[in-house]
Amino acid sequence: MIIRIMGEGQYNVKGSLFDILNKIDNTIVENVQKGDEKAYRKNLSKLISTIKSKGELIDDKELIASDIIVPPPDMTFKEAHDVFRGTGIFKD
Amino acid sequence: MGLLNRMGTIIKAKMSKLLGAAEDPRETLDYSYEKQLDLLQNVKRGVAEVATAKKRLQLQREKLLQSIQKLDGQAQEAAKANREDLARVALERKSAIFSQVEGLDSEITGLEAEQAKLVAAEQRLSTKIEVFRTRKETIKAQYSAAEAQVKISESLSGISEEMADIGTSVERAENKTDEMKARSAALDELIEQGTLVDITRSGDDIDRELARIGQKGSVDSELAKLMAEVKR
Repeated sequence: MIIRIMGEGQYNVKGSLFDILNKIDNTIVENVQKGDEKAYRKNLSKLISTIKSKGELIDDKELIASDIIVPPPDMTFKEAHDVFRGTGIFKD
Repeated sequence: MGLLNRMGTIIKAKMSKLLGAAEDPRETLDYSYEKQLDLLQNVKRGVAEVATAKKRLQLQREKLLQSIQKLDGQAQEAAKANREDLARVALERKSAIFSQVEGLDSEITGLEAEQAKLVAAEQRLSTKIEVFRTRKETIKAQYSAAEAQVKISESLSGISEEMADIGTSVERAENKTDEMKARSAALDELIEQGTLVDITRSGDDIDRELARIGQKGSVDSELAKLMAEVKR
């Protein structure tokens, strides 16, 4: 499975990692809903470090689409709120 | 819906905006290529803008360091003239300016990180554009419109995703640079008016009060030291 970490590039990761990432993702959503910025920061960096440590960086010369898009590691708490509200830079 | 799902939707929406709908898919390749070159220019401009903003903060920092030196001299002179009150004012100003310098230091570090990220993005994008260009020419030369359709979809979505990602990075960098610009303009004004000592840094009342207490303590001890030196 191909994962893009925004601003950093793409990683090739075993499909079995999906459940683990999904769990961290759910926790992040909870953190944002509860306004717990400290936990949000911790879990976002956990999400990204998990992908980086278990995955393999894909060469810049590859042109492939990703299965999962992960926000940039320095995404602020406010930006995370914007993602759910559909406002700011991260609007679709 | 999870954060990752949301991010996926957002990027897909940005990607579809990047893809023009041409009758002949081979035209879509050319259109995308033009967009890629535009984006590369944008990234380069972003790098230059961040560098300029950083330069400006560095100049301000130098100016502030000069005023710290000047205030130090003034405090000493005041102490020599046995004007403890004046010496205190000078040291208070110095302490306020010092905290501004610290603020600038962290902003400069932030901009440096931003610049490094954009430079990396620029390299990644130019590599991908080059790969795309070669592939595009091959497809245009060898395949009919119908065959091209099949061949291009993966490359096209791969590069569009990269573009959506890098486009977002550039926008975020621009926002940060704008914020810095506004703050450094405000700081310039304060330096000119000589009212720097009055500005209270961000935070609530308690933060400010605590900062004031901390500042007062350091001013008190520095003043005592200065007066003792002069009396010796």
